[in-house]
Amino acid sequence: MNLFYYAAPQTFYPLAGRMARVFYALAAALGAAGLYIGFFVAPTDAQQGEGYRIIFIHVPTAWMSMFLYVVMAFWAAVGLSFNTRLSAMMAQAIAPTGAWMTFLALWTGALWGKPMWGTWWVWDARLTSELILLFLYLGFMALQAAIDDPRRADRAGAMLAIVGVVNVPIIYFSVQWWNTLHQGASVSLTRSPSMATTMLWGMLVMALAFWMYCLGATLTRVRAIILERERRSDWARDLARGAKAGKEASA
Amino acid sequence: MAPGVVWVAALLASMLALGRLFAGDYADGTLEQIVLAPHPLGLLVGAKVAAHWLVTGLPLVVLAPLLGLAFDLGPRALGVLALTLLLGTPTLGLVGAIGAALTLGLRGAGALLSLLVLPLYIPVLIFGAGAVEAVAAGLGAGAHLSVLGALLALALFFAPWAAAAALRISLE
Repeated sequence: MNLFYYAAPQTFYPLAGRMARVFYALAAALGAAGLYIGFFVAPTDAQQGEGYRIIFIHVPTAWMSMFLYVVMAFWAAVGLSFNTRLSAMMAQAIAPTGAWMTFLALWTGALWGKPMWGTWWVWDARLTSELILLFLYLGFMALQAAIDDPRRADRAGAMLAIVGVVNVPIIYFSVQWWNTLHQGASVSLTRSPSMATTMLWGMLVMALAFWMYCLGATLTRVRAIILERERRSDWARDLARGAKAGKEASA
Repeated sequence: MAPGVVWVAALLASMLALGRLFAGDYADGTLEQIVLAPHPLGLLVGAKVAAHWLVTGLPLVVLAPLLGLAFDLGPRALGVLALTLLLGTPTLGLVGAIGAALTLGLRGAGALLSLLVLPLYIPVLIFGAGAVEAVAAGLGAGAHLSVLGALLALALFFAPWAAAAALRISLE
């Protein structure tokens, strides 16, 4: 089997549809399990009371916001170096989901910060760098939207995504480098986590749920982008004609 | 407050002129000749950024002690303020050149340029203003100045190359 078989938009389109359904189902199942653990199994925190439970949304979205940017920059770089159409479409499809995750991480952080720190927002190193990440996503989308020629839009966006990737390690290490208000990581690969096991499980299951959701949403969006860009090709026309005929037959 | 005000002035001065960095040459076709020239494009972009810095950055470096005096900064803080601007404003120009090259000839390029460039400017702004505040608080500015220098070294090495690649994309 040729590994690059699915690199063509035409063959990837149906595959993406099938994968998106699987990922959405997984996201729903994991999300239900994660929320159950988060709300009913995990114990109340000794210092923060019930308010800490927002971490089951906050931490996974913050992880995904950084991870998606790296994935977006990766696909953008692949598209720029090898001139593959699908890579650029993937980068374009990831951006809105990444921006949404960043927005959620910022807002859930604000909702947590108000009762715990007594303020919605501080110009803390991690908060500021996460806000910069949101603007990088928005800038990427705005730049692509402002350029009419899709090839130039892909390449210009890719350049910006690659330049912006320097921000991701800054966000990740900001709590170590500056030691400001935002707490350090409670979860690490090299030492045992400094939180109750059930809390950790809830967080990890929720992180997986968000991961699956992001995959599903990205694949759904990439299908729309493929159709939009390939609308003049024969297979896309056949597909549209088939969908129309099916609708008429069922009506 | 003084370092913040002066640094925001530096940021705006750099950004307001960014739109003109390549736009004039793009409009009259000079830019295409520059891209076709036998010299490395990165080097030529570096020269354009240097010219941009001489107009928007250097006057502020020279004037900074005077502006700081108006905000009642001490003599040590005045020197550090000028030093941070000397290290930081070239970084602003270098990073801005990438944004200017990417938005060349687009609709609403000015607003788009601010959206692209401002997030990348913020770290420079934080460390520049932070150095002066550290000195005013009696702490050393060494760490902040080191980071500013590191940012400048990084931008000096990569930004002309990235801006040259962006110019080639925009001119295709």
